[in-house]
Amino acid sequence: MNNMKTGSEAKPGWKSLPEGDIVPAGTAAQFKTGDWRSERPVWYPERCIHCLFCWISCPDSSIIVKDQKMTGIDYDHCKGCGICVKECPVKPNKALEMKPEREGEACQR
Amino acid sequence: MCSGCGAPIVVRQVLLASKDPVVVVAATGCLEVSTTIFPYTAWNVPFLHNAFENAGATLSGIEAAYQNFKKKGKINQHINFVAFGGDGGTYDIGLQSLSGAMERGHDMLYVCYNNEAYMNTGVQRSGATPIGANTTTEPAGKVQQGKVQWRKDLTEIMAAHSIPYVAQAIIGNWVDLTRKAEKAFSIRGPKFMNVLQPCRLGWGYKPEDTLELARLAFDTCIWPVYEVENGVYKVSKPKEKKPMIEYLKTQDRFRHLFKPGNEKLLEDIQAGVDKRWEALLAKESLKQSPST
Amino acid sequence: MSKVAARTGNEAMAEAMRQINPDVVAAYPITPATEIVMIFAKYVADGLVDTNFVAVESEHSAMSACVGASSTGARVMTGTSSQGLALMYEILPIASALRLPIVMCDVNRAISGPINIHCDHSDTMAARDFGWIQIFSENSQEAYDSLIQAIRIAEDPRVHLPVMVTTDGFIISHCLDRIEIVEDSEVKDFVGKDRKSKNGLLDINNPVSVGLLDLQDYYFEHRVSVAQAMKDSKKVIIEVADEFGKKFGRKYGLFEGYKLDDAEIAIVALGSTCGTAKAVIDELRSKGVKAGMLKIRSFRPFPAEEISAALSKCKAVAVLDRSDSWSAQGGQVFTEVRSAMFDMANRPKLINFIYGLGGREIDLPLIRSVFDSLKNVEKQPLVQYLGVRE
Repeated sequence: MNNMKTGSEAKPGWKSLPEGDIVPAGTAAQFKTGDWRSERPVWYPERCIHCLFCWISCPDSSIIVKDQKMTGIDYDHCKGCGICVKECPVKPNKALEMKPEREGEACQR
Repeated sequence: MCSGCGAPIVVRQVLLASKDPVVVVAATGCLEVSTTIFPYTAWNVPFLHNAFENAGATLSGIEAAYQNFKKKGKINQHINFVAFGGDGGTYDIGLQSLSGAMERGHDMLYVCYNNEAYMNTGVQRSGATPIGANTTTEPAGKVQQGKVQWRKDLTEIMAAHSIPYVAQAIIGNWVDLTRKAEKAFSIRGPKFMNVLQPCRLGWGYKPEDTLELARLAFDTCIWPVYEVENGVYKVSKPKEKKPMIEYLKTQDRFRHLFKPGNEKLLEDIQAGVDKRWEALLAKESLKQSPST
Repeated sequence: MSKVAARTGNEAMAEAMRQINPDVVAAYPITPATEIVMIFAKYVADGLVDTNFVAVESEHSAMSACVGASSTGARVMTGTSSQGLALMYEILPIASALRLPIVMCDVNRAISGPINIHCDHSDTMAARDFGWIQIFSENSQEAYDSLIQAIRIAEDPRVHLPVMVTTDGFIISHCLDRIEIVEDSEVKDFVGKDRKSKNGLLDINNPVSVGLLDLQDYYFEHRVSVAQAMKDSKKVIIEVADEFGKKFGRKYGLFEGYKLDDAEIAIVALGSTCGTAKAVIDELRSKGVKAGMLKIRSFRPFPAEEISAALSKCKAVAVLDRSDSWSAQGGQVFTEVRSAMFDMANRPKLINFIYGLGGREIDLPLIRSVFDSLKNVEKQPLVQYLGVRE
């Protein structure tokens, strides 16, 4: 599978494709859907209680968690749906807020 | 997937409940098409897609091969087999294949991610589409107010197969969904879960409300959350049963129901929801399903 | 060592399946293939095989379950006919696209409508475009032998394509014949203990995704690889047949020429009709007529060059089709043979007889009439229906 190129690079011919209709797991990590966004969630770590509700609710697996703590957002794949913001239970100010894509602060670790 | 799609939420929450490795089959549909476009796959577990209406049969074949390999000592570990099908590939075209798989007793879990229409091909009605919903093949127009029929009760059909575990659930209550999935995975035999999954595109709402709407479906009792374990019904009850209108008014697909002249229709829908809710509660108080 | 036994076509195929002892069989009954499934199910119930038998609820599910099972690296078989095969049509090309070496017993029966349970080749012919290797049998012996060879052909790494081995419904499937059965251990040796593949879908440590959507940028490439495998399978069919012949004494190839080498007039046919035709040819030869026959064994892949070469010296050839393709210019076999010979500088006059649809009898007089018409072939229409009431 080393000759499998992704993105807009040269695509393999039929002679070098693996037999059948098969790929190894997880290649979609290379396909960045982040550029679909028009808004982005911004994380405020100081407010975060690490309940991980956002993580378990994210359709795009874009909440990054390490050692059971939230560490950031995968902006390569986040589509800006806003579910994480909606689900964040922290009061009075949520630990996640939606901002327009152009003005978003980078909170990625 | 569309942003805010509920289908991957179903998958993530169901699969994380499995302690053992899983092998997944998906029917053709939103989930399969969006997660596997050659050469990209979003699946980190073994995955097979065959066709639209045969997830049940395809997974049956995998499970049979597994049982054979286990018998021969080629495989020792326990593997959980899971099929994901949309309501299209499950209620309608896939019903036979699902029914056969359940009836034969394969050790597998079938999860229907139910967005109540053939979403992948552009929101056509399915047997799961609720009454009054606007879809492209049973639209709301001058002489018709969306879907004319009540939806098929597939969860009850599955319960009538006398399989060890049947559940109806929503996304939006991850504790409940993961617990149900965990229970399913702990049982050897055929299991079925029908999970309501709001679709922002087909239902018409803002993507961030996906989980809220699922919870509202539960609160209004239009989508009861319950399980049938060896014929015994256990129904989750909302803290406060909300009127149907609260749910219908949130989605574009029901917007036409609020036109003048449709008041009777709205009343009928409320009455129908209530009737079905009472019938389900009656089954629960019966303690044992008549089909076992 | 071979053992002589009396077996119908169905029994012979079931016997071969028992000896092959596949990992999974998923099958649904349909006349006239039902017996294969029933006999095999009895083997399962009596513990004579280690197979996990999935009694599916339709043929569509049978082939679907076969695809699932085969994707794990299991050795998988099934059997069907006619409407059952038709119900599988959606999944057949998926099986070949995923390069799964599923082996099917295909008992030729007419495709509805009208509904008819008797023999013709319409079911198998309609499936010729799905990337499956198609091997025709003249009799129970050939069915038994070819099914054993099919496992080796399908599982050969140069091929990895599914194979259907056909018999003629009722005519062969239900006709008791004398055959030679090979020892269980010899079949085991010939097909090998298992598929020698990794566990595919069940290989948890090396997870894969199978059956992805192809957009415009990959579908073509994936299909061409199947085409190449089909081309490469010709050589493998011959190799496996040669090995079988050396071990068990019965020779096979892509086709069989019967008194064809010096034939001036010949027929091309498939299946049981060839048995009847041999009797007519022997008759004609005893009268000094240089008659012969080309019996096609491998219809897919279609051995175009080999068939053209074998027929090149004939003056007139009648291709017998036990199916119509509704192209308004002949049956499927005729079209392919004719196309194969198109570029030859000297080629025989080719005409087509469509016969035997829905189990209509093809007997000695009818076959004699075919050879008669070859004697004045210029006067013959291109396509004729043989044995139908006008």
